[in-house]
Amino acid sequence: MVVKYTEDHEWVSVDGDVGTVGITAHAQEQLGDIVFVELPDVGKTVAKGDEAGVVESVKAASEIYAPVAGEIVEVNEALADAPGTANSDPTGAGWFFKVKLSDPSELDGLMDEAAYNDLIG
Amino acid sequence: MTDATLQTTPLNALHRELGAKMVPFAGYDMPVQFPLGVLGEHRHTRVKAGLFDVSHMGQVRIDGAGSDITGAAQIMETLVPGDIAGLTAGRMRYTQFTNAEGGILDDLMVTHAGDHLFVVVNAACKDQDIALMKAAFGGSLSVLEDRALLALQGPAAVSVLVELAPEAAELTFMTGAAMDVAGLPCFVTRSGYTGEDGYEISVPADGAEALARKLLDHADVEPIGLGARDSLRLEAGLCLYGHDIDTTTSPVEAALLWSIGKRRREEGGFPGAARIQKEIAEGTTRKRVGLKPEGRAPAREGTEIVDADGAPIGKVTSGGFGPSVEGPVAMGYVAGAHAAVGTAVSLMVRGKPLPATVVKLPFVTPGYKR
Repeated sequence: MVVKYTEDHEWVSVDGDVGTVGITAHAQEQLGDIVFVELPDVGKTVAKGDEAGVVESVKAASEIYAPVAGEIVEVNEALADAPGTANSDPTGAGWFFKVKLSDPSELDGLMDEAAYNDLIG
Repeated sequence: MTDATLQTTPLNALHRELGAKMVPFAGYDMPVQFPLGVLGEHRHTRVKAGLFDVSHMGQVRIDGAGSDITGAAQIMETLVPGDIAGLTAGRMRYTQFTNAEGGILDDLMVTHAGDHLFVVVNAACKDQDIALMKAAFGGSLSVLEDRALLALQGPAAVSVLVELAPEAAELTFMTGAAMDVAGLPCFVTRSGYTGEDGYEISVPADGAEALARKLLDHADVEPIGLGARDSLRLEAGLCLYGHDIDTTTSPVEAALLWSIGKRRREEGGFPGAARIQKEIAEGTTRKRVGLKPEGRAPAREGTEIVDADGAPIGKVTSGGFGPSVEGPVAMGYVAGAHAAVGTAVSLMVRGKPLPATVVKLPFVTPGYKR
Protein backbone atom coordinates (compact mmCIF):
# COMPACT_ATOMS: atom_id res chain seq x y z
CA MET A 1 0.00 0.00 0.00
CA VAL A 2 1.39 3.35 -1.07
CA VAL A 3 -0.06 6.76 -0.14
CA LYS A 4 0.61 9.79 -2.33
CA TYR A 5 -0.44 13.43 -2.08
CA THR A 6 -1.36 16.20 -4.52
CA GLU A 7 -0.85 19.94 -4.43
CA ASP A 8 -4.66 20.20 -4.20
CA HIS A 9 -4.42 18.57 -0.75
CA GLU A 10 -5.81 15.21 -1.73
CA TRP A 11 -4.44 11.81 -0.86
CA VAL A 12 -4.58 8.63 -2.90
CA SER A 13 -3.95 5.32 -1.21
CA VAL A 14 -3.14 2.60 -3.75
CA ASP A 15 -3.87 -1.07 -3.22
CA GLY A 16 -3.13 -3.12 -6.34
CA ASP A 17 -4.57 -1.13 -9.26
CA VAL A 18 -7.22 0.71 -7.24
CA GLY A 19 -6.60 4.06 -5.57
CA THR A 20 -8.79 5.39 -2.75
CA VAL A 21 -9.02 9.20 -2.82
CA GLY A 22 -9.82 11.73 -0.10
CA ILE A 23 -8.74 15.10 1.24
CA THR A 24 -5.97 15.60 3.76
CA ALA A 25 -6.34 16.58 7.41
CA HIS A 26 -4.81 19.94 6.48
CA ALA A 27 -7.43 20.43 3.73
CA GLN A 28 -10.40 19.67 5.98
CA GLU A 29 -9.03 22.04 8.59
CA GLN A 30 -8.69 24.82 6.01
CA LEU A 31 -12.18 24.15 4.61
CA GLY A 32 -13.93 24.16 7.97
CA ASP A 33 -17.14 22.26 8.63
CA ILE A 34 -18.07 20.21 5.55
CA VAL A 35 -21.81 20.17 4.83
CA PHE A 36 -22.10 18.58 1.39
CA VAL A 37 -20.04 16.36 -0.88
CA GLU A 38 -20.85 15.75 -4.55
CA LEU A 39 -19.22 12.58 -5.83
CA PRO A 40 -18.67 11.32 -9.39
CA ASP A 41 -20.83 8.64 -10.96
CA VAL A 42 -19.50 5.09 -10.71
CA GLY A 43 -18.28 4.01 -14.14
CA LYS A 44 -17.15 7.49 -15.15
CA THR A 45 -13.67 7.77 -16.65
CA VAL A 46 -11.53 10.64 -15.47
CA ALA A 47 -8.22 12.06 -16.62
CA LYS A 48 -5.61 13.21 -14.12
CA GLY A 49 -6.60 16.68 -12.93
CA ASP A 50 -10.24 16.38 -14.03
CA GLU A 51 -12.90 17.72 -11.74
CA ALA A 52 -14.28 14.64 -10.02
CA GLY A 53 -16.54 16.17 -7.41
CA VAL A 54 -17.22 19.08 -5.12
CA VAL A 55 -16.84 19.54 -1.40
CA GLU A 56 -18.85 22.29 0.23
CA SER A 57 -18.00 23.69 3.62
CA VAL A 58 -20.02 26.25 5.55
CA LYS A 59 -17.83 28.83 3.83
CA ALA A 60 -17.46 27.84 0.18
CA ALA A 61 -17.48 25.20 -2.52
CA SER A 62 -14.20 23.58 -3.59
CA GLU A 63 -13.55 21.20 -6.46
CA ILE A 64 -12.17 17.73 -5.95
CA TYR A 65 -9.74 16.77 -8.71
CA ALA A 66 -8.84 13.29 -9.86
CA PRO A 67 -5.24 12.76 -8.67
CA VAL A 68 -4.76 10.05 -11.29
CA ALA A 69 -6.53 8.89 -14.45
CA GLY A 70 -8.87 5.93 -14.42
CA GLU A 71 -12.39 4.64 -13.94
CA ILE A 72 -14.45 5.46 -10.86
CA VAL A 73 -15.29 2.07 -9.34
CA GLU A 74 -16.85 3.06 -6.01
CA VAL A 75 -17.94 6.19 -4.15
CA ASN A 76 -18.42 6.74 -0.42
CA GLU A 77 -22.24 6.84 -0.25
CA ALA A 78 -22.10 7.40 3.52
CA LEU A 79 -20.91 10.97 2.93
CA ALA A 80 -24.34 11.91 1.54
CA ASP A 81 -25.90 11.72 5.00
CA ALA A 82 -22.78 12.37 7.04
CA PRO A 83 -20.52 14.79 5.12
CA GLY A 84 -18.87 15.76 8.42
CA THR A 85 -17.01 12.43 8.33
CA ALA A 86 -14.65 14.15 5.90
CA ASN A 87 -13.76 16.49 8.81
CA SER A 88 -13.62 13.95 11.61
CA ASP A 89 -11.81 11.15 9.74
CA PRO A 90 -10.49 12.61 6.46
CA THR A 91 -7.95 9.88 5.79
CA GLY A 92 -10.18 6.99 6.91
CA ALA A 93 -13.99 6.76 6.87
CA GLY A 94 -14.13 10.17 5.13
CA TRP A 95 -12.73 8.87 1.81
CA PHE A 96 -14.45 10.14 -1.36
CA PHE A 97 -14.07 7.64 -4.20
CA LYS A 98 -12.07 4.73 -5.56
CA VAL A 99 -10.49 4.87 -8.99
CA LYS A 100 -9.09 1.99 -11.05
CA LEU A 101 -5.79 3.40 -12.27
CA SER A 102 -5.30 3.45 -16.04
CA ASP A 103 -1.68 4.58 -15.74
CA PRO A 104 0.00 3.70 -12.40
CA SER A 105 3.13 5.58 -13.49
CA GLU A 106 1.21 8.82 -12.80
CA LEU A 107 1.76 8.10 -9.11
CA ASP A 108 5.44 8.91 -9.57
CA GLY A 109 4.50 12.53 -10.22
CA LEU A 110 2.75 12.87 -6.87
CA MET A 111 4.27 13.73 -3.49
CA ASP A 112 5.12 11.32 -0.73
CA GLU A 113 4.19 12.15 2.84
CA ALA A 114 7.46 13.93 3.63
CA ALA A 115 7.19 16.15 0.55
CA TYR A 116 3.55 16.94 1.32
CA ASN A 117 4.39 17.86 4.90
CA ASP A 118 7.04 20.23 3.54
CA LEU A 119 4.41 21.80 1.27
CA ILE A 120 1.99 22.57 4.08
CA GLY A 121 4.84 23.64 6.35
CA MET B 1 0.45 38.65 12.19
CA THR B 2 -2.02 41.48 11.79
CA ASP B 3 -2.08 43.11 8.39
CA ALA B 4 -0.89 46.66 9.09
CA THR B 5 -3.49 48.13 6.75
CA LEU B 6 -6.33 46.62 8.78
CA GLN B 7 -7.98 48.23 11.75
CA THR B 8 -8.44 46.24 14.93
CA THR B 9 -11.15 46.18 17.59
CA PRO B 10 -10.43 46.35 21.34
CA LEU B 11 -10.93 42.56 21.47
CA ASN B 12 -8.29 41.71 18.85
CA ALA B 13 -5.77 40.27 21.33
CA LEU B 14 -8.50 38.26 23.05
CA HIS B 15 -9.66 36.74 19.74
CA ARG B 16 -6.12 35.60 19.03
CA GLU B 17 -5.70 34.23 22.55
CA LEU B 18 -8.93 32.25 22.06
CA GLY B 19 -7.55 30.70 18.86
CA ALA B 20 -9.69 32.54 16.34
CA LYS B 21 -9.06 32.29 12.62
CA MET B 22 -8.77 35.96 11.63
CA VAL B 23 -9.82 37.42 8.27
CA PRO B 24 -10.06 40.90 6.79
CA PHE B 25 -13.66 42.16 6.90
CA ALA B 26 -14.78 45.70 6.05
CA GLY B 27 -11.26 46.96 6.71
CA TYR B 28 -10.99 45.21 10.08
CA ASP B 29 -9.05 42.19 11.26
CA MET B 30 -11.96 40.06 12.51
CA PRO B 31 -12.51 36.49 13.77
CA VAL B 32 -14.32 34.33 11.19
CA GLN B 33 -14.40 31.33 13.50
CA PHE B 34 -13.10 30.06 16.82
CA PRO B 35 -11.91 26.51 17.54
CA LEU B 36 -15.53 25.35 18.05
CA GLY B 37 -16.10 25.91 14.30
CA VAL B 38 -18.95 27.55 12.41
CA LEU B 39 -21.47 24.71 12.86
CA GLY B 40 -20.78 24.38 16.57
CA GLU B 41 -20.81 28.14 17.14
CA HIS B 42 -24.10 28.49 15.26
CA ARG B 43 -25.79 25.68 17.19
CA HIS B 44 -24.41 26.91 20.51
CA THR B 45 -25.92 30.36 19.90
CA ARG B 46 -29.33 28.83 19.16
CA VAL B 47 -29.40 26.74 22.36
CA LYS B 48 -27.24 28.69 24.86
CA ALA B 49 -25.51 32.03 24.22
CA GLY B 50 -22.87 33.34 21.84
CA LEU B 51 -20.66 36.39 22.28
CA PHE B 52 -19.96 38.37 19.10
CA ASP B 53 -17.52 41.24 18.67
CA VAL B 54 -19.35 43.77 16.50
CA SER B 55 -17.08 46.67 17.44
CA HIS B 56 -16.28 47.21 13.76
CA MET B 57 -19.76 48.64 13.33
CA GLY B 58 -20.18 52.41 13.58
CA GLN B 59 -21.69 53.85 16.75
CA VAL B 60 -22.98 57.40 16.55
CA ARG B 61 -24.61 59.71 19.08
CA ILE B 62 -26.86 62.55 17.94
CA ASP B 63 -27.71 64.99 20.68
CA GLY B 64 -31.02 66.77 20.88
CA ALA B 65 -31.62 70.37 21.90
CA GLY B 66 -31.23 70.12 25.64
CA SER B 67 -33.14 66.96 26.51
CA ASP B 68 -35.51 67.26 23.54
CA ILE B 69 -34.73 65.01 20.57
CA THR B 70 -37.80 66.03 18.53
CA GLY B 71 -35.74 68.12 16.11
CA ALA B 72 -33.07 65.44 15.73
CA ALA B 73 -35.71 62.79 15.03
CA GLN B 74 -37.28 65.02 12.37
CA ILE B 75 -33.91 65.53 10.68
CA MET B 76 -33.27 61.77 10.81
CA GLU B 77 -36.56 61.26 9.00
CA THR B 78 -35.16 63.22 6.03
CA LEU B 79 -32.55 60.43 5.66
CA VAL B 80 -34.53 57.26 6.42
CA PRO B 81 -38.08 55.99 5.78
CA GLY B 82 -38.47 54.62 9.33
CA ASP B 83 -40.77 56.28 11.87
CA ILE B 84 -38.16 57.95 14.08
CA ALA B 85 -40.34 60.81 15.35
CA GLY B 86 -42.74 58.20 16.63
CA LEU B 87 -40.14 56.49 18.83
CA THR B 88 -40.72 56.88 22.54
CA ALA B 89 -37.80 57.01 24.95
CA GLY B 90 -36.03 53.67 25.17
CA ARG B 91 -37.42 52.26 21.94
CA MET B 92 -35.43 51.45 18.81
CA ARG B 93 -36.12 50.78 15.14
CA TYR B 94 -34.52 49.07 12.18
CA THR B 95 -34.47 51.33 9.13
CA GLN B 96 -32.44 52.17 6.01
CA PHE B 97 -30.62 55.16 4.58
CA THR B 98 -32.17 55.55 1.12
CA ASN B 99 -30.88 57.48 -1.89
CA ALA B 100 -32.84 59.78 -4.18
CA GLU B 101 -33.66 56.80 -6.44
CA GLY B 102 -35.12 54.83 -3.55
CA GLY B 103 -32.16 52.44 -3.36
CA ILE B 104 -30.65 51.44 -0.03
CA LEU B 105 -27.36 53.08 1.04
CA ASP B 106 -27.15 51.07 4.27
CA ASP B 107 -29.36 49.60 6.95
CA LEU B 108 -29.14 50.74 10.55
CA MET B 109 -30.60 50.74 14.04
CA VAL B 110 -31.83 53.96 15.64
CA THR B 111 -32.58 54.11 19.38
CA HIS B 112 -34.30 56.94 21.25
CA ALA B 113 -31.90 57.07 24.17
CA GLY B 114 -33.70 59.78 26.12
CA ASP B 115 -31.64 62.90 25.46
CA HIS B 116 -30.03 61.64 22.25
CA LEU B 117 -30.39 59.24 19.34
CA PHE B 118 -28.05 56.25 19.38
CA VAL B 119 -27.33 54.99 15.88
CA VAL B 120 -25.51 51.80 14.81
CA VAL B 121 -24.44 51.42 11.16
CA ASN B 122 -22.58 48.75 9.19
CA ALA B 123 -18.78 48.79 9.26
CA ALA B 124 -18.41 48.72 5.47
CA CYS B 125 -20.64 51.77 5.03
CA LYS B 126 -19.79 53.78 8.11
CA ASP B 127 -17.62 56.48 6.49
CA GLN B 128 -20.36 57.21 3.97
CA ASP B 129 -23.11 57.05 6.62
CA ILE B 130 -21.28 59.35 9.01
CA ALA B 131 -20.65 61.88 6.23
CA LEU B 132 -24.34 61.73 5.35
CA MET B 133 -25.40 62.27 8.96
CA LYS B 134 -22.77 64.97 9.59
CA ALA B 135 -24.14 66.97 6.68
CA ALA B 136 -27.59 66.74 8.25
CA PHE B 137 -26.78 67.09 11.96
CA GLY B 138 -23.53 69.07 12.04
CA GLY B 139 -22.06 69.53 15.51
CA SER B 140 -24.77 67.60 17.33
CA LEU B 141 -23.29 64.37 15.96
CA SER B 142 -20.45 62.53 17.65
CA VAL B 143 -18.87 59.29 16.49
CA LEU B 144 -18.33 57.01 19.47
CA GLU B 145 -14.80 55.91 18.53
CA ASP B 146 -14.01 55.08 22.16
CA ARG B 147 -16.68 52.41 22.49
CA ALA B 148 -16.73 48.75 21.59
CA LEU B 149 -19.92 46.85 20.74
CA LEU B 150 -20.53 43.32 21.99
CA ALA B 151 -23.53 41.20 21.04
CA LEU B 152 -24.66 38.48 23.44
CA GLN B 153 -27.18 36.34 21.58
CA GLY B 154 -29.18 33.23 22.36
CA PRO B 155 -31.83 31.95 24.77
CA ALA B 156 -29.38 32.02 27.71
CA ALA B 157 -28.28 35.63 27.00
CA VAL B 158 -30.72 37.04 29.54
CA SER B 159 -29.71 34.75 32.42
CA VAL B 160 -26.04 35.44 31.69
CA LEU B 161 -26.34 39.22 31.43
CA VAL B 162 -28.57 39.77 34.46
CA GLU B 163 -25.76 38.42 36.64
CA LEU B 164 -23.71 41.45 35.57
CA ALA B 165 -26.57 43.91 34.96
CA PRO B 166 -29.86 43.11 36.74
CA GLU B 167 -31.63 45.94 34.87
CA ALA B 168 -31.13 44.08 31.57
CA ALA B 169 -34.02 41.80 32.53
CA GLU B 170 -36.40 44.77 32.27
CA LEU B 171 -35.69 45.40 28.60
CA THR B 172 -37.99 43.92 25.97
CA PHE B 173 -37.18 43.28 22.30
CA MET B 174 -36.09 46.47 20.49
CA THR B 175 -35.71 48.60 23.61
CA GLY B 176 -32.53 49.96 25.20
CA ALA B 177 -31.24 51.79 28.25
CA ALA B 178 -28.05 53.10 29.82
CA MET B 179 -26.91 50.82 32.63
CA ASP B 180 -23.83 49.58 34.43
CA VAL B 181 -22.66 46.18 33.25
CA ALA B 182 -20.06 44.68 35.59
CA GLY B 183 -19.49 48.20 36.85
CA LEU B 184 -18.88 49.66 33.39
CA PRO B 185 -21.12 52.45 32.04
CA CYS B 186 -22.82 50.81 29.05
CA PHE B 187 -25.76 51.36 26.73
CA VAL B 188 -27.62 48.08 26.36
CA THR B 189 -30.31 47.20 23.82
CA ARG B 190 -32.33 43.99 23.65
CA SER B 191 -31.68 43.39 19.99
CA GLY B 192 -29.36 41.60 17.63
CA TYR B 193 -29.10 40.02 14.23
CA THR B 194 -29.34 36.28 14.83
CA GLY B 195 -33.08 35.65 15.21
CA GLU B 196 -32.50 34.91 18.90
CA ASP B 197 -33.25 36.80 22.07
CA GLY B 198 -30.20 38.75 23.14
CA TYR B 199 -28.46 42.02 23.72
CA GLU B 200 -26.06 44.46 22.12
CA ILE B 201 -23.81 46.16 24.66
CA SER B 202 -22.05 49.43 23.84
CA VAL B 203 -19.14 49.49 26.28
CA PRO B 204 -16.15 51.82 26.81
CA ALA B 205 -13.31 50.45 24.66
CA ASP B 206 -10.91 50.23 27.59
CA GLY B 207 -13.33 47.98 29.49
CA ALA B 208 -14.42 45.82 26.56
CA GLU B 209 -11.92 43.00 27.03
CA ALA B 210 -12.63 42.74 30.77
CA LEU B 211 -16.38 42.57 30.05
CA ALA B 212 -15.90 40.02 27.27
CA ARG B 213 -13.83 37.83 29.62
CA LYS B 214 -16.51 38.05 32.32
CA LEU B 215 -19.20 37.01 29.84
CA LEU B 216 -17.03 34.20 28.45
CA ASP B 217 -16.38 32.94 31.99
CA HIS B 218 -20.01 31.83 32.07
CA ALA B 219 -20.40 28.17 31.17
CA ASP B 220 -23.22 28.99 28.73
CA VAL B 221 -21.20 31.46 26.63
CA GLU B 222 -18.91 30.71 23.67
CA PRO B 223 -17.14 33.22 21.42
CA ILE B 224 -18.71 33.32 17.94
CA GLY B 225 -17.12 34.45 14.67
CA LEU B 226 -18.40 36.08 11.51
CA GLY B 227 -19.03 32.70 9.84
CA ALA B 228 -21.76 31.73 12.29
CA ARG B 229 -23.01 35.32 12.44
CA ASP B 230 -23.73 34.98 8.71
CA SER B 231 -25.50 31.60 8.91
CA LEU B 232 -27.53 32.74 11.94
CA ARG B 233 -28.77 35.91 10.24
CA LEU B 234 -29.51 34.01 7.00
CA GLU B 235 -31.68 31.46 8.82
CA ALA B 236 -33.36 34.41 10.57
CA GLY B 237 -34.18 35.88 7.12
CA LEU B 238 -32.23 39.07 7.84
CA CYS B 239 -30.56 41.06 5.07
CA LEU B 240 -26.82 41.52 4.75
CA TYR B 241 -25.95 44.88 3.23
CA GLY B 242 -24.01 44.62 -0.02
CA HIS B 243 -25.52 41.19 -0.68
CA ASP B 244 -29.29 41.12 -0.12
CA ILE B 245 -29.74 44.89 -0.25
CA ASP B 246 -27.78 47.64 -1.96
CA THR B 247 -28.27 50.87 -3.92
CA THR B 248 -30.14 48.99 -6.67
CA THR B 249 -32.77 47.48 -4.35
CA SER B 250 -35.59 49.42 -2.75
CA PRO B 251 -36.96 48.62 0.71
CA VAL B 252 -40.19 47.44 -0.95
CA GLU B 253 -38.39 45.04 -3.30
CA ALA B 254 -36.34 43.85 -0.33
CA ALA B 255 -39.53 42.95 1.59
CA LEU B 256 -38.64 45.53 4.26
CA LEU B 257 -41.93 47.42 4.01
CA TRP B 258 -42.69 46.36 7.61
CA SER B 259 -39.92 48.76 8.67
CA ILE B 260 -41.73 51.77 7.13
CA GLY B 261 -44.57 52.98 9.34
CA LYS B 262 -48.00 54.03 8.09
CA ARG B 263 -47.40 57.75 8.61
CA ARG B 264 -44.15 57.71 6.65
CA ARG B 265 -45.66 55.68 3.79
CA GLU B 266 -48.32 58.35 3.44
CA GLU B 267 -46.27 61.48 4.12
CA GLY B 268 -43.04 60.51 2.40
CA GLY B 269 -40.32 63.09 3.04
CA PHE B 270 -37.41 60.63 2.82
CA PRO B 271 -34.96 60.19 -0.08
CA GLY B 272 -36.50 58.18 -2.90
CA ALA B 273 -40.03 58.55 -1.52
CA ALA B 274 -41.48 58.92 -5.02
CA ARG B 275 -40.28 55.47 -6.12
CA ILE B 276 -41.00 53.82 -2.80
CA GLN B 277 -44.55 55.20 -2.54
CA LYS B 278 -45.21 54.18 -6.15
CA GLU B 279 -44.00 50.64 -5.37
CA ILE B 280 -46.18 50.49 -2.27
CA ALA B 281 -49.19 51.44 -4.38
CA GLU B 282 -48.45 49.44 -7.54
CA GLY B 283 -46.12 46.65 -6.46
CA THR B 284 -42.63 45.83 -7.69
CA THR B 285 -41.33 43.79 -10.59
CA ARG B 286 -39.16 41.70 -8.27
CA LYS B 287 -39.13 40.74 -4.62
CA ARG B 288 -36.77 39.26 -2.06
CA VAL B 289 -37.93 35.78 -1.04
CA GLY B 290 -36.74 32.79 0.95
CA LEU B 291 -35.61 29.77 -1.07
CA LYS B 292 -35.39 26.21 0.21
CA PRO B 293 -33.29 23.98 -2.05
CA GLU B 294 -34.18 20.29 -2.11
CA GLY B 295 -31.50 17.86 -0.99
CA ARG B 296 -28.28 18.93 0.66
CA ALA B 297 -26.34 20.97 -1.92
CA PRO B 298 -26.08 24.65 -0.94
CA ALA B 299 -26.83 27.33 -3.55
CA ARG B 300 -24.47 30.24 -3.04
CA GLU B 301 -24.74 33.96 -3.67
CA GLY B 302 -24.93 34.68 -7.41
CA THR B 303 -26.69 31.42 -8.29
CA GLU B 304 -29.20 31.94 -11.10
CA ILE B 305 -32.85 31.21 -10.32
CA VAL B 306 -34.89 29.81 -13.23
CA ASP B 307 -38.56 28.92 -13.71
CA ALA B 308 -40.02 25.55 -14.75
CA ASP B 309 -39.11 26.29 -18.39
CA GLY B 310 -35.53 27.18 -17.52
CA ALA B 311 -36.04 30.92 -18.09
CA PRO B 312 -34.02 33.16 -15.73
CA ILE B 313 -36.21 34.83 -13.10
CA GLY B 314 -33.67 36.07 -10.57
CA LYS B 315 -30.52 35.51 -8.54
CA VAL B 316 -29.61 34.18 -5.10
CA THR B 317 -28.22 36.98 -2.90
CA SER B 318 -27.34 34.90 0.17
CA GLY B 319 -27.12 31.15 0.34
CA GLY B 320 -25.46 28.41 2.28
CA PHE B 321 -26.01 25.68 4.79
CA GLY B 322 -28.38 26.34 7.67
CA PRO B 323 -27.04 24.41 10.66
CA SER B 324 -30.32 24.65 12.62
CA VAL B 325 -32.42 23.85 9.54
CA GLU B 326 -29.92 21.04 8.88
CA GLY B 327 -29.99 21.77 5.19
CA PRO B 328 -29.34 24.40 2.57
CA VAL B 329 -31.11 27.77 2.84
CA ALA B 330 -31.05 30.82 0.58
CA MET B 331 -32.61 34.18 -0.17
CA GLY B 332 -32.81 35.94 -3.48
CA TYR B 333 -34.81 38.17 -5.75
CA VAL B 334 -37.37 36.72 -8.15
CA ALA B 335 -39.75 38.27 -10.64
CA GLY B 336 -43.09 39.14 -9.08
CA ALA B 337 -44.98 36.28 -10.77
CA HIS B 338 -42.75 33.75 -8.99
CA ALA B 339 -42.65 35.35 -5.54
CA ALA B 340 -45.60 33.53 -3.97
CA VAL B 341 -44.79 31.10 -1.17
CA GLY B 342 -44.88 27.56 -2.53
CA THR B 343 -43.71 28.44 -6.05
CA ALA B 344 -41.42 25.77 -7.50
CA VAL B 345 -38.21 27.13 -9.02
CA SER B 346 -34.79 25.77 -9.92
CA LEU B 347 -31.38 27.01 -8.85
CA MET B 348 -28.58 26.57 -11.39
CA VAL B 349 -25.81 25.01 -9.31
CA ARG B 350 -22.74 24.02 -11.33
CA GLY B 351 -24.77 24.01 -14.51
CA LYS B 352 -27.48 21.71 -13.19
CA PRO B 353 -30.99 22.75 -12.13
CA LEU B 354 -31.47 22.13 -8.43
CA PRO B 355 -35.16 22.07 -7.44
CA ALA B 356 -36.15 24.62 -4.80
CA THR B 357 -39.28 26.18 -3.35
CA VAL B 358 -40.11 29.80 -2.52
CA VAL B 359 -40.69 29.79 1.24
CA LYS B 360 -41.73 32.20 3.95
CA LEU B 361 -38.91 33.84 5.89
CA PRO B 362 -37.47 33.30 8.44
CA PHE B 363 -36.30 29.68 8.29
CA VAL B 364 -36.28 29.43 12.09
CA THR B 365 -38.77 30.66 14.69
CA PRO B 366 -37.40 33.86 16.23
CA GLY B 367 -36.79 33.86 19.98
CA TYR B 368 -37.39 37.60 20.48
CA LYS B 369 -38.79 38.60 23.92
CA ARG B 370 -41.48 41.15 23.11
